[in-house]
Amino acid sequence: MTQEYLLQVRNLRTSFRIAGTYHAAVDGVNLDVSKNEVLALVGESGCGKSAMALSLTRLHNMNYTSIEGEIFFNGNDLLSMTLPELNKVRGGRIGMIFQDSLTAMNPLSRVGAQIEEVLTYHTQLSMSEKKERALELLNKVGIFNPALTYNQFPHELSGGMRQRAMIATAIACSPDLIIADEPTTALDVTIQAQILDLLDDLRMNTGGSMILITHDLGVVADIADRVAVMYAGQIVEIATVYDLFENPLHPYTRSLMHSMPSALSEEARLHTIQGIVPSLQNLPRTGCRFAERIPWHPATMHEAEPTYHEVTPGHFVLCNCYKTFNLGGA
Amino acid sequence: MAILEVKDLKVHFPIAGGILGRTVGYVKAVDGVTFSINEGETIGLVGESGSGKSTIGKSILGLTHITSGQILYNGQDITRQVRKNRSPYRKSVQMIFQDVYSSLNPRKRVLDIIAEPLRNFEKFTKAEERKRVDELLSIVGLSPDNASKYPFEFSGGQRQRIGVARAIALKPKLIVCDEPVSALDLSVQAQVLNHLKDIQKELGIAYLFISHDLGVVRHMCENLVIMHNARFVEAGTREDIYNNATHIYTQRLIAAIPDIDPRKRIAHAEYRKGINENYEANRDKFYRDGYQVYDLKPISPTHSVAIP
Repeated sequence: MTQEYLLQVRNLRTSFRIAGTYHAAVDGVNLDVSKNEVLALVGESGCGKSAMALSLTRLHNMNYTSIEGEIFFNGNDLLSMTLPELNKVRGGRIGMIFQDSLTAMNPLSRVGAQIEEVLTYHTQLSMSEKKERALELLNKVGIFNPALTYNQFPHELSGGMRQRAMIATAIACSPDLIIADEPTTALDVTIQAQILDLLDDLRMNTGGSMILITHDLGVVADIADRVAVMYAGQIVEIATVYDLFENPLHPYTRSLMHSMPSALSEEARLHTIQGIVPSLQNLPRTGCRFAERIPWHPATMHEAEPTYHEVTPGHFVLCNCYKTFNLGGA
Repeated sequence: MAILEVKDLKVHFPIAGGILGRTVGYVKAVDGVTFSINEGETIGLVGESGSGKSTIGKSILGLTHITSGQILYNGQDITRQVRKNRSPYRKSVQMIFQDVYSSLNPRKRVLDIIAEPLRNFEKFTKAEERKRVDELLSIVGLSPDNASKYPFEFSGGQRQRIGVARAIALKPKLIVCDEPVSALDLSVQAQVLNHLKDIQKELGIAYLFISHDLGVVRHMCENLVIMHNARFVEAGTREDIYNNATHIYTQRLIAAIPDIDPRKRIAHAEYRKGINENYEANRDKFYRDGYQVYDLKPISPTHSVAIP
């Protein structure tokens, strides 16, 4: 089993300490990522997407975070690794791309130096080889004048350029897995299209996998192979991108799709979800977590202990309530 | 009838340089735009960051200095009055901001936030004021009990609804919405957009809807203008822009929206690539000296494009 998948997440629980007690932001997530696959994690803010992504490389502040479960990456458990072992994986086998490139990059260090830093930690290349490789990477991510950008500081670059430079750092060691946390959210739509094309090209050429975290369903439809929808720390539905867009089943997935302006006819009212995403302390821990936001749906339709149902091969939905759910019941 | 007309508006910001800090040049944020807004209509103003769309909104509200041009309200030239406090014009034009965390004073209760415009312009007694605030809260779908709470007690979507309540407090004729839902989640965004539409229907307010999200604009606006390099490149109805984009920049912008059907992804990527190649090849035909946008020329009664 472990050989087929690049990444296997088993029963992952990430909890944060708030006022002395731990509250799970990621609550029992199981996930597999195959080689050369783009898996999208979708959900609103506060659903645990980023908490989960940061857990994969243990980037949380461990003073107030507890991570339980198992994360097998190439067969090794990332959670039981020592820090020096883990540091070989971070940046080397797993690259990360963040939303805000201005804060993610070091403002006092030149772009070239930041790319070379990764190479220093993970390879034995000489100074001149590193520079050559950095220029090659900048060229690869579509930066117009690599020699100039190499010597520039992050603030001298535009948002799209900076995002490219960060992608160059992330792919410097040709990682097996790229974790991209909202990589295009802060960008204009034309730049977003360029970055998505770039990520797609990189995947085709290097054969790596990617976990893409986003709340933009358009981005998902554009690039993902499989989609996991998260709500309140759980994966409520997981399917191939085609299945999910053609046959969304879980009430949360369907509600999200219907609240998207472009999906509907122009004059129609948008669907809204009642209430708000519950905060960590107030998360319902038993039963169907989405139940309180679809109060018109009879309580008997939910399972007391929701389980995953495989509707078609590879298409899993949490809780029974999808079978009888009616979107227009509000 | 047009309630607001903007004629040949220019906003240039000086660049200070040299050791004496003299003005060495100008950033042309808005460089000659003309448009009008009719009563109860929504105009969408679309462009990438840095194109000057927010500057237009700010000049209408008198929040920035205007270099030249005219602003007419109900046919009267009010260019000089725009920046005057307590002018009747300021009462009838309001704004909704993008950042719901910095646009509400964290030390004021919701009651005081919403009542602030009322206190500036109306002479209400305490009871009348409270009644009006309750009324406003219920219009945006919040319960009147919320009046004594502070902004931090609310979620992003609720905060934006408080912002909407404040904007409609004085029954304005026009609201400038500067990216009102860009910072909100999908389902919350839907709530705010629905509220904005309902309020418009009820109170007949016109919106200048500034956004870079073409999906949201398509949903909200019958008429839109596309902005690039401080000028308008194309103006028209929703159908004109989305189905018959004529300017090379508009075409590129529309093509950049991801298709929501994953089965069309390859076809859409090919299409986008074609549009981008066309953009690179023919860019010079649509821009004077490589960047200057031409004046708008009508190509149909509703549709005009910046072509030579």
